[in-house]
Amino acid sequence: MATEVHNLQELRRSASLATKVFIQRDYSDGTICQFQTKFPPELDSRIERQLFEETVKTLNSFYAEAEKIGGSSYLEGCLACATAYFIFLCMETHYEKVLKKISRYIQEQNEKIFAPRGLLLTDPVERGMRVIEISIYEDRCSSGSSSSGSSSGSGSSSGGGGGAGAR
Amino acid sequence: MPPGGGGPMKDCEYSQISTHSSSPMESPHKKKKIAARRKWEVFPGRNKFFCNGRIMMARQTGVFYLTLILILVTSGLFFAFDCPYLAVKITPAIPVVGGILFFFVMGTLLRTSFSDPGVLPRATPDEAADLERQIDIANGTSSGGYRPPPRTKEVIINGQTVKLKYCFTCKIFRPPRASHCSLCDNCVERFDHHCPWVGNCVGKRNYRFFYMFILSLSFLTVFIFAFVITHVILRSQQTGFLNALKDSPASVLEAVVCFFSVWSIVGLSGFHTYLISSNQTTNEDIKGSWSNKRGKENYNPYSYGNIFTNCCVALCGPISPSLIDRRGYILPDTPQPAAPSNGMAAYGATQSQSDMAAATPLLQSEPSLTSDELHLPGKPGLGTPCASLTLGQPTPPSSMPNLSAEAVLTDILPLKEEHVGHQFLTPEEAPSPPRMLAGSPLAHSRTMHILGLASQDSLHEDSVRGLVKLSSV
Repeated sequence: MATEVHNLQELRRSASLATKVFIQRDYSDGTICQFQTKFPPELDSRIERQLFEETVKTLNSFYAEAEKIGGSSYLEGCLACATAYFIFLCMETHYEKVLKKISRYIQEQNEKIFAPRGLLLTDPVERGMRVIEISIYEDRCSSGSSSSGSSSGSGSSSGGGGGAGAR
Repeated sequence: MPPGGGGPMKDCEYSQISTHSSSPMESPHKKKKIAARRKWEVFPGRNKFFCNGRIMMARQTGVFYLTLILILVTSGLFFAFDCPYLAVKITPAIPVVGGILFFFVMGTLLRTSFSDPGVLPRATPDEAADLERQIDIANGTSSGGYRPPPRTKEVIINGQTVKLKYCFTCKIFRPPRASHCSLCDNCVERFDHHCPWVGNCVGKRNYRFFYMFILSLSFLTVFIFAFVITHVILRSQQTGFLNALKDSPASVLEAVVCFFSVWSIVGLSGFHTYLISSNQTTNEDIKGSWSNKRGKENYNPYSYGNIFTNCCVALCGPISPSLIDRRGYILPDTPQPAAPSNGMAAYGATQSQSDMAAATPLLQSEPSLTSDELHLPGKPGLGTPCASLTLGQPTPPSSMPNLSAEAVLTDILPLKEEHVGHQFLTPEEAPSPPRMLAGSPLAHSRTMHILGLASQDSLHEDSVRGLVKLSSV
């Protein structure tokens, strides 16, 4: 979260927020967490359809893994019940572990794919699992990078910003 | 390393707080540093928080304390007066089993009451604006008249057509099985009902605790009842019936309490066992959403087909973490949820009196939308405690007090809502997004202003609702 804030701050120095696109939930399979893979038209010029769909599909598969009903989740449920749920003071639920994986994945995707294209994914968990928020940044005329460049995240995004400015 | 941000961020302000949070106040007007606030302090729903956000309950907790007292007193009397005799006469296993049941009951009760039932956080202003835009496009109208058409989306789940309703308060399309609790003023996922006995909504995240509470309470009630009767019978064999009653008067009290509770609690457990095995919520059952009476083609799309799987999923399935992040710190970049518009902000809130007058009927009719959502049912035939105490008030029409509360609030709310509506992104403001940036000092003071307004709002709301509820409880 903090790194994401840093990324946002760094992006802001060299770009300004143009608009936000929201990928809504797909309820056709019931109440499980799934996002629509429909490609939003606003992203047409910014990112390849293939990359976007792959990202959303990977996220969907992570959520499916978190909510999977099977032997291991039953075991966890029964164990938790037997210990009167005190066990959750010591260990994380399977769902929380997967959520951490998801936020790492999103951070990685932001650094590698989205930030260089002037986009930023927000983790759905910060939006109540309702939407995937994609912020689209326009480049202001970036007069050299004023970033401090102390974190690797800021380094890549400022590099992206500088590269975009040179375009 | 201080973050970017728009305005001059004092180094000392930032360095004193951890990197995961920062002071939400960056306004140049504020001279003194304000401590970072946690999100629960500005939570828009009508909930009470304790232990710095760890515990979350509904606003009305009177009946919950009654439940606690009943359980504690009855069990306490049992252990103090009946157990010594029974442990000696029959077996010491009786107080042991009783103790285990008692702890299980208390544990599940507290767990049900204190946890987040699955509240859906309200939409951020950007999301709300985006949705409004999409709805307007879909309807083919620009922001016209002040009474919007009912907003629904249809989705096909497992072959059944399910309607997703738009929540005017939370500004989201409710996921399937979610419902808006008018008592707590929150949308709750897989909303079952609002239970005043546990002082909280029962939803996705705490349904299993609620079920285990009523199940274990049934066992405890039957257990205590049975052994109190045994105790009295054994004593009366020695000293006669009246003397036995005189020797242990507590047993009489326990027997009375248990006798009256056992019917409702055992009935409720049976009802919820049926609900779990068919994977329905109380809400759906009362409305008959999936009953055959609606049509031969009507079936429950969420059921897994067999009772065993349904039970396992409901009781042992994965628990999703709380979405509202009560103990997180408010960051300057965190968008605050859009104020409940009641249709006002969405249609270009203006300062004109006519708009406010127009909004009044809207505000008054809003409860009629939400009163569709069942806050407190129970199968009427079973005479369950939940059914007998609709919304914790003796008067049955539960929507009535809400209506009067809303009507009184129209004097106060529209002024605030308009203000707040202006600060947030209305559809008219959409073309100029840079204003949304929280990095600018203006946005920061706006955030502050919102927080101040929100607390004023809640104070007014509190006093008015308190007056209304006092008269009815």
